[in-house]
Amino acid sequence: MSEIAAATSAARANALSDASLARIDREIAKYPPEWKQSAVMAALSIAQDERGWLSTETMDFVAGYLGMAPVAVYEVATFYNMYNLKPTGKHKLTICTCLPCGLQGSLDAADHLRNRLKVDFNETTPDGNFTLKEGECMGACAMAPVILVNNKRMCDYMSHEKIDALIKELGGE
Amino acid sequence: MSMLKIEIDGSELEVPHGSTVMDAVNKLGTYVPHFCYHRKLSIAANCRMCLVEVEKAPKPLPACATPVTDGMKVRTNSLAAKNAQNGVMEFLLINHPLDCPICDQGGECQLQDLAVGYGKGESRYQEEKRVVFSKNLGPLVAAEEMSRCIQCTRCVRFGAEIAGTMELGMINRGEHSEIVSFVGQTVDSELSGNMIDLCPVGALTSKPFRYAARTWELARRRSVSPHDSVGANLVVQVKQNRVLRVLPLENEDVNECWISDRDRFSYEALNGDDRLQRPLVRRDGQLQETDWDTALGEVAAGLRKAGKDFGLLAASSSTLEEFYLASRLAKSLGGAADFRLRHCDFSADGKRQGIPWLGMPIAELQKLDRVLLVGSFLRHDQPLLAHRLRQAAKAGAKICVVHSADDDLMMPVAHRIIVRPSDLPGALDGLEEGEIAQIMQSGEKAAIILGNFAQQHPDAARIHASAESLARRWNACLGVLGDAANGIGGYLADLPVGASAGAMVEAPRRAYMLLNTEPEFDVADPVRALRALRSADFVVSLSPFRPGVEDYAHVVLPMAAFTETSGTFVNCEGRVQSFEAAVRPLGEARPAWKILRQLGTLMGFHDFEFDTSEQARDACLGGRNVSSLLSNATSVAASTAGAKAPTIQRVADVPIYFSDGLARRSAPLQKTRQSRVPRAMMNERLLSQIGATSGGPVKVASATGAVEIVVGVDNGLPDGCVRLAGAHSSTALLGAMFGELSIERADDGAGAR
Repeated sequence: MSEIAAATSAARANALSDASLARIDREIAKYPPEWKQSAVMAALSIAQDERGWLSTETMDFVAGYLGMAPVAVYEVATFYNMYNLKPTGKHKLTICTCLPCGLQGSLDAADHLRNRLKVDFNETTPDGNFTLKEGECMGACAMAPVILVNNKRMCDYMSHEKIDALIKELGGE
Repeated sequence: MSMLKIEIDGSELEVPHGSTVMDAVNKLGTYVPHFCYHRKLSIAANCRMCLVEVEKAPKPLPACATPVTDGMKVRTNSLAAKNAQNGVMEFLLINHPLDCPICDQGGECQLQDLAVGYGKGESRYQEEKRVVFSKNLGPLVAAEEMSRCIQCTRCVRFGAEIAGTMELGMINRGEHSEIVSFVGQTVDSELSGNMIDLCPVGALTSKPFRYAARTWELARRRSVSPHDSVGANLVVQVKQNRVLRVLPLENEDVNECWISDRDRFSYEALNGDDRLQRPLVRRDGQLQETDWDTALGEVAAGLRKAGKDFGLLAASSSTLEEFYLASRLAKSLGGAADFRLRHCDFSADGKRQGIPWLGMPIAELQKLDRVLLVGSFLRHDQPLLAHRLRQAAKAGAKICVVHSADDDLMMPVAHRIIVRPSDLPGALDGLEEGEIAQIMQSGEKAAIILGNFAQQHPDAARIHASAESLARRWNACLGVLGDAANGIGGYLADLPVGASAGAMVEAPRRAYMLLNTEPEFDVADPVRALRALRSADFVVSLSPFRPGVEDYAHVVLPMAAFTETSGTFVNCEGRVQSFEAAVRPLGEARPAWKILRQLGTLMGFHDFEFDTSEQARDACLGGRNVSSLLSNATSVAASTAGAKAPTIQRVADVPIYFSDGLARRSAPLQKTRQSRVPRAMMNERLLSQIGATSGGPVKVASATGAVEIVVGVDNGLPDGCVRLAGAHSSTALLGAMFGELSIERADDGAGAR
């Protein structure tokens, strides 16, 4: 069918780099061959490392690569909020505002972040350097407030001073 | 293996290992409320409605997902269980609108029913409810009120597990969860209507039926689907003598609890404007309305004049009774009658040892572990059998395919050989060794199944013979899917009589009778058929619809459509299923068996005096045991190569919603993706050879005519093949469904051969 042909050529155009594919292959190898789709979370995060965010086309490519229905990949990508379904700033700061963190001052920390960056949640600073996100429990309630930088680096006990220092370190004012 | 003992509400019973509490509850016959659980789908345990109290468990457990352990004591309606269930119901209703009177599902809604038993009189929830936007899932399934969705995911699991394609999914989480199709696509599965039945609330409803009636206004009548050889059992729902909805009637051996969209939505054609309500007779070159007596008198005179030179072409979906009386009429006149209108190789006639059939019960398909599918557009021709094989494949069966197109069967295919139509018999002969032979011989329960394409092939007898010899060699069962709703019924009525459908068209006759047949769509070569009809002295057509092509018929008699006549279908496994009329015939239309009976009596023939269709059926079957008459054995010689293969060959499928007059006139089915105007599909090599571009126009010509049509790319097609659907007005001029085509670019006329 022509749609299939079109989809195939679109998939070719959206192919990830060889390095990313090698990383995904490593993940696939961790599961039995008939359960390739178990690697979907890892594959999405590798794709996001390369592209910065997950476009529909990128998710289509991952679906094709793992032999899954595209909507099944979309389900996973929308379930976890570490996947960016829209382009973000250079640094994505996610602050946990769940109840235990909230009791320990994370709401105050969030206000401080908003004041400093002059953006609200789900917004990006005009210079494209920061995106601010509200996160769910990160399993570090004891060390609240916690901020996750680009999904990978966890910063804990985030007092206003430490937040200022973090912003400075990441190139903000 | 020993059984597990379980006590449910004080009653003890034993269940096999691996059973869930829900299985045990069902076995006992008690009821635990549930939404997401469905016995044909995987366990999700996400609605939590089936919480029950299990002794020694610290909290209530979901019955659907809790495995039975030995000595388990379960209480399904204790205070603790009831509290848990009430609590779940309260949560389910937090975001669900409490406006059942304006919901299309009202009166047949599982949530509404269970809320009576488990809900509170009024809501404690005062806050704002969430809103989920409607989705456009296509012309069949309405997703207008997605705020009503309770996230049971039955529709998602149905797509992934039964239809074989996950078209819906649940995105986001928590209270933001919603059911979507991937980036706004429609749901195109040929089984999609079952999602409407599965949806326990009013989120997914039937688009054509929406707000047409309340469930309690509808009378329910059993019927059998006339669309394919499965013979799916139906419930036809009627209000004021109009069919308003068709639902599956559960029959585990035939259709389980499913029906295809063609079975479900074809009824829309019954209430269309183009139904014929009074007899038409040709006067001064025009078809004019008249009364029955005049019309029947003219038919009797016309047929008497032609005498032996009479041919009757009956739709393959005619009932057994219609076939029987048609066959009697042809015999009495000394003429011919046949129902295999899309076939073109009749050389096996007289060499069959029995009536071709599936070779096994339908339910057995699911238990096969090796299958060779020969020449079949299975998902379009017999959607429910595709589902059966899909379940077999999921259970580990290896499916092999020999065909002339590589359509996605939505199931894993172990090995496929895709060849030009002319190479299909040769490809089968070549299977004695090789990968498919190895696969087929490595299983316990193997079958070779011949699809519609194989039966309609110009070398059908040879294909059958080759399959037969392979089946013997591999110790496999040979099955014929049956390209008709009632093919076995046709043979049981002693058809063909006199000559084959092919011969009747090849050598024109003086008089023809068409029984629910539209020659421009329903026969192997519409051009030849129309030519034969136009040259005849007298043509009478029995049809539920006004004729599309008006110029050949001299008399058109309005026959009762599906649901308006009683009758019998014999499905591909030889199951004889009789049904009653669900509604009275529209206008002056009469059941075809009555028309034929009256005609026979009028012409003074004997043995036409039946008062009921049951009498005709019993006379036809004559007490014979149908299953003893079924056999796929033939004495056709297995080989001899055919004529020289054409350079460019036609591969013609019958698109699912063009297969018969009802489907072709069902407005919702005609709006689906499958009903788009066919394109001339070919692989990239052929496309570049003729210098055309995908999406551009090409001129396709056959021995009988030429059409201009848009071209498309399908690299699954073999070299030198153009796939161009039959049974469609845009391709009718090309005539035969198989054979040579020439093709050139149409935009500047500079194409190559």
